[in-house]
Amino acid sequence: MNRDRFVMFVNRIPLNLAIIILCAIWLLPTLGLFITSFRPQQAVNETGWWMALAAARPGTDEYQTYCAQCHGEDYKALPNADLSSPDLIAQYRRSIQLSGTFNREYDGVIHIPEAQRPDAQQTADILDHLRIASGLQEAPPRFTFANYKDVLVGYSARGGTYDEVCAADGPSGTRTCDFWTDATAPNAVLRGMINSFIVTVPATFLPIILAGFAAYALSWMDFNGRRVMFAALVGLQIVPLQMVLVPIFRMYTDLGLNGTFLGVWLFHTGFGLPYAIYLIRNFVGRLPADLFESAYLDGANHFTVFRRIVLPLALPAIAALAIFQFLWVWNDLLVALIFLGNNAPVLTYQLSQLVDSLGGGWHRMTAAAFISIAVPLLIFFAFQRFFVRGLLAGSVKG
Amino acid sequence: MRTLMVMRQGRWTPWLYMAPAIIVLVIYVAYPAIRTGLYSFQNNDGTASAAVRCAADQPCWGFLENYRQAFAGQQGQIALRNTAIWLLVMVPGTALFGLLLAVLTDRVRYEALAKAIIFMPMAISFVGAAVIWRFVYNPDPSIGILNALVTALGGESRAWLATNPPGNTLLLTVIGIWIWTGFTMTLLAAALKSIPMEIIEAARVDGANELQLFFRIMLPLLAPTIAVVMTTMTINTLKMFDIVWVMKGIQTDVIATRMVSELYLDRNNGLASAYAIILIVLIIPVTVYNIRRFGVEEAEK
Ligand code: HEC
Repeated sequence: MNRDRFVMFVNRIPLNLAIIILCAIWLLPTLGLFITSFRPQQAVNETGWWMALAAARPGTDEYQTYCAQCHGEDYKALPNADLSSPDLIAQYRRSIQLSGTFNREYDGVIHIPEAQRPDAQQTADILDHLRIASGLQEAPPRFTFANYKDVLVGYSARGGTYDEVCAADGPSGTRTCDFWTDATAPNAVLRGMINSFIVTVPATFLPIILAGFAAYALSWMDFNGRRVMFAALVGLQIVPLQMVLVPIFRMYTDLGLNGTFLGVWLFHTGFGLPYAIYLIRNFVGRLPADLFESAYLDGANHFTVFRRIVLPLALPAIAALAIFQFLWVWNDLLVALIFLGNNAPVLTYQLSQLVDSLGGGWHRMTAAAFISIAVPLLIFFAFQRFFVRGLLAGSVKG
Repeated sequence: MRTLMVMRQGRWTPWLYMAPAIIVLVIYVAYPAIRTGLYSFQNNDGTASAAVRCAADQPCWGFLENYRQAFAGQQGQIALRNTAIWLLVMVPGTALFGLLLAVLTDRVRYEALAKAIIFMPMAISFVGAAVIWRFVYNPDPSIGILNALVTALGGESRAWLATNPPGNTLLLTVIGIWIWTGFTMTLLAAALKSIPMEIIEAARVDGANELQLFFRIMLPLLAPTIAVVMTTMTINTLKMFDIVWVMKGIQTDVIATRMVSELYLDRNNGLASAYAIILIVLIIPVTVYNIRRFGVEEAEK
């Protein structure tokens, strides 16, 4: 490296540092969620996610504090009481038995003086630690998929994971212990995900199809009032969603459409349309006129032209629009909350319910949250260009 | 708009093509918007004027009673206050961070990566974001990273989300800034890129330092985009619902959440409609301004 470049490099350190710090601040919250969702419950409760790799086996600290000065770092300092021997540790099945030894006297010396004893929880952790050290028990994994499995089947009890409970107690109540059966139960996150797809896919394509037809007529057909129609349809963008909830809620109550997918599809279609018409018309209106002229001269009718020429050529605009609308519907909570509620809970709804109940702890809530953001993130990284374009163009959407 | 002289069509063909869209728009947007306006002057089930909701010996605004309750009621005032806080923090906050990041990332080679990281929260649902930030704000320093930082620096860990209002609303606006900065950054970065290099080079040759360059050259040229960014953020902020709804702080309601509570939990259609109208009255001028601006920009291209 020559001098000039070195000076340049030094001069740019503050700039780079500023960017890196800002990026770190933006990334850390999501990273924390991601890492936590793969950690076992005990680890989540004991140490922060930033310690995920450093965190040692349970009870290490406690053993160090209370036992190591006599029994040694390697558990073998006292030959008559080798704490790494499975035979010895196997005698202590419960932590109460272990704390029973603290009162004993060895050669007239009390095992551990009253003031220096670990409390019940610490003793339990120490026992866990010794069982692992002696090979009686496997060390808990640093990372696990159990949280994901638990939320996918909607299992939220406190003691143990779904797999553990099924292995120990088998089916009970509504729990069948068959993954696919449980995963379609109403409170299962997998079911919510399926519902989200059922809501989102038609709610993405319906407005685009309707808007495609309207935009074609508005750009390539000749009729009175064309400009006014375009202005009126697109102008509806300014109506905010909150403004129509009350009447539509009442209308749906009368028609029995509350809690149905059809109701939500149509609602999202209505709200996606103005912007979709605006975007597609802008795009289709700019296609070269010759294209249409020669097609008409060849005797093609409007529908053929629409299907064979307009739709394929408008694909970039449609793609940006589809991604925008898909994410908008997928991430929506308000419409799903009001028109579907718990009749057909979608992912965002279930997540908000989990937050309310703190659904069995952070290890599971982070997993559920990550499932709900995984689809948008995938789409974001796969189609970043389209995504940014769609969102920017959509920034005036009502 | 161009028309094709060669094309031939029946009189009704264009309307046939537009009919589905028109029908859906009338049923779902135009008609209900008008209904909401009417409901806001009526009682809870729309059977009589809002005046019947007046309590005896209390101030009464007749058919405007719903509006009186929205403005004078304790809940309504909290919602209005919090909406004001959101606007005051979110709009300048996202604009400043967006500008800062646009200008900074413009100068490094890993621009695309940095921008992707900042933009990523835009893809996440507000509910997901709320979970992420409840985790950050967790009172236990071995769970919440904010408290871990505070304790590492020698401070006391705190139950952040239990901060007294309106402090807790400020903590929620942090989430909003985290989400929307990617959006403002992208708009501003695009505008920044469109400033001709010659102008900047000429200023450098004249001996302007980087700060002067920014304040004298870039900022004036970016001003129109900053205006668009701020108006758009005003609209987005006014409509803010999910974050507040999911975080469920004490007295953190904004207009949109208050409206949904009235509608969904208390079945107060009239009052809920009044909130909706207040919201749209605030939004419409900004939107009209915004669409005009976009129109002007399109025409200039
Ligand atoms: C003050 C020193 C000291 C401390 C501290 C201490 N021990 Fe011991 N421990 C001993 C001695 C001495 C023996 C007896 C060894 C022998 O039998 O010769 C013993 C024996 C044991 C035994 C064997 C009992 C048996 O069945 O023979 C166990 C188990 C044990 N200790 C566990 C622990 C645990 C767990 C801790 C930490 C909570 C701990 N000890 C802390 C000194 C200590």
